[in-house]
Amino acid sequence: MRELTYSKALREALTEEMARNPDILLLGEDIGVYGGVFKVTEGLLDRFGPERVIETPISEAGFVGASVGLAMTGKHPVVELMFMDFAYVAADSIFNQAAKMRYMSGGRAHVPLLIRTQQGGGRGNAAQHSQSLETFFTHIPGLKVVLPSTPYDAKGLLKSALRDPNPVVFIEHKLLYNTKGPVPEEEYFVPLGQADVKRTGKDATVVSWSRTVLHALEAAELAAREGIDVEVIDLRCTVPLDINTVLTSVKKTGRLVVAHEAHRRAGVGAEIASLVQERAFDYLDAPIERVGAMDIPIPYSKPLEDEALPGVQHIVRAIKRAAYA
Amino acid sequence: MTFAHADLRRMYRTMLLIRRFEEQAVAFFLSGELRGSLHPCIGQEATAVGAVFPLRTDDYLTCTYRGHGQAIAKGLNPKEGMAELLGRRTGCSQGLGGSMHYTDLSVGLLGENAIVGAGAPIAVGAALRAKLDKTGQIAMSIFGDGAINQGALLEAFNLAAAWQAPVIFFCENNLYSEMTPISSMVGTATLAERAAGFGWTTMTVDGYDPIAVYETTSQAVEHARSGRGPVFIEAMTYRLFGHMVGDTEPYRSKEEVAQWRAKDPITAFPQRLIDEYGFNQAEIDAIKAEVEAEIEEIKRFALESPWPDVSEIAEHMFA
Ligand SMILES: Cc1ncc(C[n+]2csc(CCOP(=O)(O)OP(=O)(O)O)c2C)c(N)n1
Ligand SMILES: [Mg+2]
Repeated sequence: MRELTYSKALREALTEEMARNPDILLLGEDIGVYGGVFKVTEGLLDRFGPERVIETPISEAGFVGASVGLAMTGKHPVVELMFMDFAYVAADSIFNQAAKMRYMSGGRAHVPLLIRTQQGGGRGNAAQHSQSLETFFTHIPGLKVVLPSTPYDAKGLLKSALRDPNPVVFIEHKLLYNTKGPVPEEEYFVPLGQADVKRTGKDATVVSWSRTVLHALEAAELAAREGIDVEVIDLRCTVPLDINTVLTSVKKTGRLVVAHEAHRRAGVGAEIASLVQERAFDYLDAPIERVGAMDIPIPYSKPLEDEALPGVQHIVRAIKRAAYA
Repeated sequence: MTFAHADLRRMYRTMLLIRRFEEQAVAFFLSGELRGSLHPCIGQEATAVGAVFPLRTDDYLTCTYRGHGQAIAKGLNPKEGMAELLGRRTGCSQGLGGSMHYTDLSVGLLGENAIVGAGAPIAVGAALRAKLDKTGQIAMSIFGDGAINQGALLEAFNLAAAWQAPVIFFCENNLYSEMTPISSMVGTATLAERAAGFGWTTMTVDGYDPIAVYETTSQAVEHARSGRGPVFIEAMTYRLFGHMVGDTEPYRSKEEVAQWRAKDPITAFPQRLIDEYGFNQAEIDAIKAEVEAEIEEIKRFALESPWPDVSEIAEHMFA
């Protein structure tokens, strides 16, 4: 199968869906001539023109809010928030408007709005450009939350998200854009809310998403050398959350590690740990381990950033604690 | 205004130091010593010095990720600035903040900021505090043209006007917000026209002329400090480098850059000092040599500085 980068896979999904659905519009900063600072929308202005690829001022509250209006009146806007960290600036438009509109209107208003953004650290972008914020979007009802880890998933999930009539927050990772992987030529979809077993194993389960899945797979290889056979589940979406795939695995392995790049405190890992102990308590042979970023703003200096963010070794240690408990 | 020889010397010396500091930072970025993103103020040294020199050390300043020059002009130790870029413990923020978060309360620097527009309300708060406590201090917020479209900044404008806060909003209009021409993102020909609606004093100045920037800002400082309310200044300037290291610059032409480069204040200003202010070439050369020596020292200090200790990673979470 041909290999594509994560960013190319995303661009293909956007291109195919824009060609199919004339109501899809892109909005964002520097997404036109420059093709976006991460180059995902490169070439789309030439192909679809300035009425469908709309460059915005640096007015996140305004253009996300305007996208809610576009969505309620028949368009399907795809907003690019250049960095996840700027979601705070657009917070009202996202959390009070987009997320609640359908429910508050008794189901009358539809908000088919997709927010594409990228998050994560590891590049020395410091505290205001390195955050992982899926927890906020997962916590506030009304948003679907997607976090692909591979080019295949990125394309398939984005295509599904663009056919979804609800607000979807599609969270990419800045260190995944250049990663490569197989992507079929023929059309395919990855449904929202379906986790994927990325590696099978019998001794312990690691649940993860976004870039941390790559760390989890590496950690699983290292654990295998010590005779621990690890199953790695890529959750892919935190809303809807496919807890059944996790439960099936935990019932087999009896040991669970949840690993994410977002802060550990009150992170989605805590939610998963809670759901698992509610529904599979009797199957657990060890306390559930959580791996996440330290509860500090992401520091700039390399040795500190390396310490603050969860890496392969953090996951290996958690697997061992679970396995030898 | 009349300028003392020593003051002009200091202006030129600081401008040159900023240029060389930024060039060194770019070199560190390219050699992999500096990580993350770097937004040099190369080409904008005249606004850094002209806007900040009229302030007192105890006046407050907020600026952006493009604020190294302004921070140095305010009095931040450039050695600590460079060490910060290399993530060292001796950096102005002990390596925690990096390029976009220089902060030094001892010289009134309330921070660069990586969120466009976010510094403006903070400056208004500092100005209000000075007004409430009658300290005689003022605050300045420096930001780019693109920030003029950010909600927090526009709210800050009105707060300042409503509170008659002693604050100067200094807009460096370098024609682009990241890769987007500002002219395509506003409905007025100038940003000063937009700002005028807030009911305060607005000024416009050639940001490539350090003397003009200094004079205009001095008037604004006098205005704000004497209790006559906020001032908005639009300085027309241009960055001679990309938005950040790695910017491929498809959005502007080589000719446009060349036109501005021909007016580069780092070469135009010393010539003017010779032509109009009684400097001679030997003095200019001496300043250049001094700056080169200082840059070597800054470089050495930064490279030889220790890394932060991982055991102290959470030390600065809470007071
Ligand atoms: C709220 C927010 N939105 C977007 C960005 C990304 N961004 C960083 S710099 C920049 C352009 C700012 O342009 P301008 O205000 O003109 O300042 P300049 O870089 O030209 O000095 C953008 C869009 C950001 N940092 N913060
Ligand atoms: Mg600008």
